[in-house]
Amino acid sequence: MAIKEIEQDLLRPPQPPGPMRWIRENLFSGFINSILTVLLFPAIIYLLYQISKWVLFGANWQAVSQFPMLFAVGQYPRDQIWRVGFIFSGLMFMLGISWGRWGGLLKSIALAAGSFLLLIAVLPVQHPQLDMTMRIYLGSTILLILVGYLIGNNTRLKNAIIIAGWFVIPIIGIVLLAGFEASERIPPVQTTLWGGLLVTFLLAAGGIILSFPLGVALAFGRRSDLPVVSGFSTVFIEVIRGVPLVTILFMFSIILALFLPVESRIDRLVRALMAVTVFSAAYSAENVRGGLQSVPLGQIEAAKALGMGKLHTTVFIVLPQALRAVLPAIVGQFISLFKDTTLVVIIGINDFLGIGRSIINSDPEFVQMRTEVYIFMAVVYWIFSYLMSLASRRIESAMGIESNL
Amino acid sequence: MSDKPIIHCTGVHKWFGDFHALRGIDLDVYEGEVIVIFGPSGSGKSTFIRTINRLEEHQQGEIIVDGIELSHDVRNIELIRMETGMVFQQFNLFPHLSVMQNITLAPIWVRNLPKEEAEEKAIELLELVGIPEQAHKFPGNLSGGQQQRVAIARALAMEPKIMLFDEPTSALDPEMIKEVLDAMIDLAKSGMTMIVVTHEMGFAREVADRMYFFDEGVIVETGTPDEIYKNPQEDRTKLFLSQILQH
Ligand SMILES: Nc1ncnc2c1ncn2[C@@H]1O[C@H](COP(=O)(O)OP(=O)(O)OP(=O)(O)O)[C@@H](O)[C@H]1O
Ligand SMILES: [Mg+2]
Repeated sequence: MAIKEIEQDLLRPPQPPGPMRWIRENLFSGFINSILTVLLFPAIIYLLYQISKWVLFGANWQAVSQFPMLFAVGQYPRDQIWRVGFIFSGLMFMLGISWGRWGGLLKSIALAAGSFLLLIAVLPVQHPQLDMTMRIYLGSTILLILVGYLIGNNTRLKNAIIIAGWFVIPIIGIVLLAGFEASERIPPVQTTLWGGLLVTFLLAAGGIILSFPLGVALAFGRRSDLPVVSGFSTVFIEVIRGVPLVTILFMFSIILALFLPVESRIDRLVRALMAVTVFSAAYSAENVRGGLQSVPLGQIEAAKALGMGKLHTTVFIVLPQALRAVLPAIVGQFISLFKDTTLVVIIGINDFLGIGRSIINSDPEFVQMRTEVYIFMAVVYWIFSYLMSLASRRIESAMGIESNL
Repeated sequence: MSDKPIIHCTGVHKWFGDFHALRGIDLDVYEGEVIVIFGPSGSGKSTFIRTINRLEEHQQGEIIVDGIELSHDVRNIELIRMETGMVFQQFNLFPHLSVMQNITLAPIWVRNLPKEEAEEKAIELLELVGIPEQAHKFPGNLSGGQQQRVAIARALAMEPKIMLFDEPTSALDPEMIKEVLDAMIDLAKSGMTMIVVTHEMGFAREVADRMYFFDEGVIVETGTPDEIYKNPQEDRTKLFLSQILQH
């Protein structure tokens, strides 16, 4: 009888520790740890208390709450704001479809975005920029997310079409934002008026999407057998990596303009995007090159032995394995690119950070509230950076299960 | 057996820098033959078998595979690679692709086979090597023996005329060696032309038509398994055989 009990004990899988045991093992596992816990616990509580007290009662959020539109789109003409709304709704619709199709992290993001919009739509405050039209717009955008979800979940829409949608809608969006020379309903809007989160996202997303293929090309270029190609790639990568982003921004915004005739001047925002892209591409290239080197020679030999040519070997064997190996590094690179876009303030572009700064400087009263403004902006940057790193971790673990590398 | 060899090598030399790895190899293989190559480590067995599908480039001599001469002509190299399948010591399966994708990738993209046809074929081949139920797993989730059998199926999917094996069982645990050898014996008995680098003497005795003993980049001795085991002519062969047969 006794032996049987012991046997059963042994056979049972180890139980996850209960809360008391967790506390004992993690907080009071030794003399020093216990003392640290006892000292730090009240300190943390006190700190949290002080912070929430300040956030809720001490801080003056007026400089933030008064200008939601400025933070979102900068000086974009208010009578043309529907264009931004159109794109935003389009992207939310795509988010809904993707949630319906793939779930996972996209579900969390869609739900978070939807709840956030709902919260604003029903916020019981009087605000000139939160009128009935705005509330109805927000409500219908939430509906679009849900409709998208139903479409993604219940129809046989091809994955490729959904992915294409993610590219097509922003492109239509940018064209729409810029407007048309001859049109009265949709007149051109100078990019000097674009600003806020709109510009930050434009630069970050544009930079990521353009720099990645360029980086891959440079990585292959650097390994090329042709001395001209490898020489050019190497010099390009090393020069860009050896120079701060600010310098590159200046180079593109001023020096490039000097070389080109006035009438063919490339738009200011496009020049900034080029600078950011080139900068990020050089770093992506080095990351990808590391990945390429990590692919074992045996993989390439196996592909060769099957009669596969260089192109097929690269596309199906080398690149997928290389990118897998360096995915975390690449996402890290994208996150820093997202934060680095703040430097465009220096060449006079009012991105999210730039808007915050100009609000602070616009009124001596707001100077007093700069702490609040900066904290608000820091939280916004953190949210999006964190989302990216979450996404990267999800992708990594999904690939880990699939291939068990 | 036809009168013209399907693989014809004469005076093949290969240097790695100053190191003379192959020193004049003459070897003919006829259709349907099973050739076993053995010899001490570093004797050039892998180097030789890899020159046949141009994973290594020989610098002197002539290699003709199925009437196609191995030269710098890229077209010829790719043609020969389509005619020869290779199985490696370390399996070299593509870890990011499922077993099914590993097998169908080259037929679809190199032979332009329709996907459905390639997949049907893959299932047949997996049945042939005894693991039809593993089609949708990833290589990392298979045992070594299963992986090597997938590698054999992958090579066969290109419908090669010749199969090259470079020590296909030396990276395997003893209990898995038999399942791979069985698959190879079946293949040999089905009439496939094979060159196998191996020290599995049971396998050689059962299916080899001829054996070649390599040492220091030259063929020291050749003969049927019976001749080699019962009556080796060269002292080096005797010494080597006594060493490996002790275990
Ligand atoms: N890429 C290379 N560069 C320089 N030397 C090489 C290279 N590949 C092989 N060699 C040398 O050529 C000789 C023959 O090597 P090979 O791999 O053909 O031997 P092997 O008979 O297959 O031996 P093993 O039984 O250990 O596999 C060895 O001395 C090896 O060090
Ligand atoms: Mg070898």
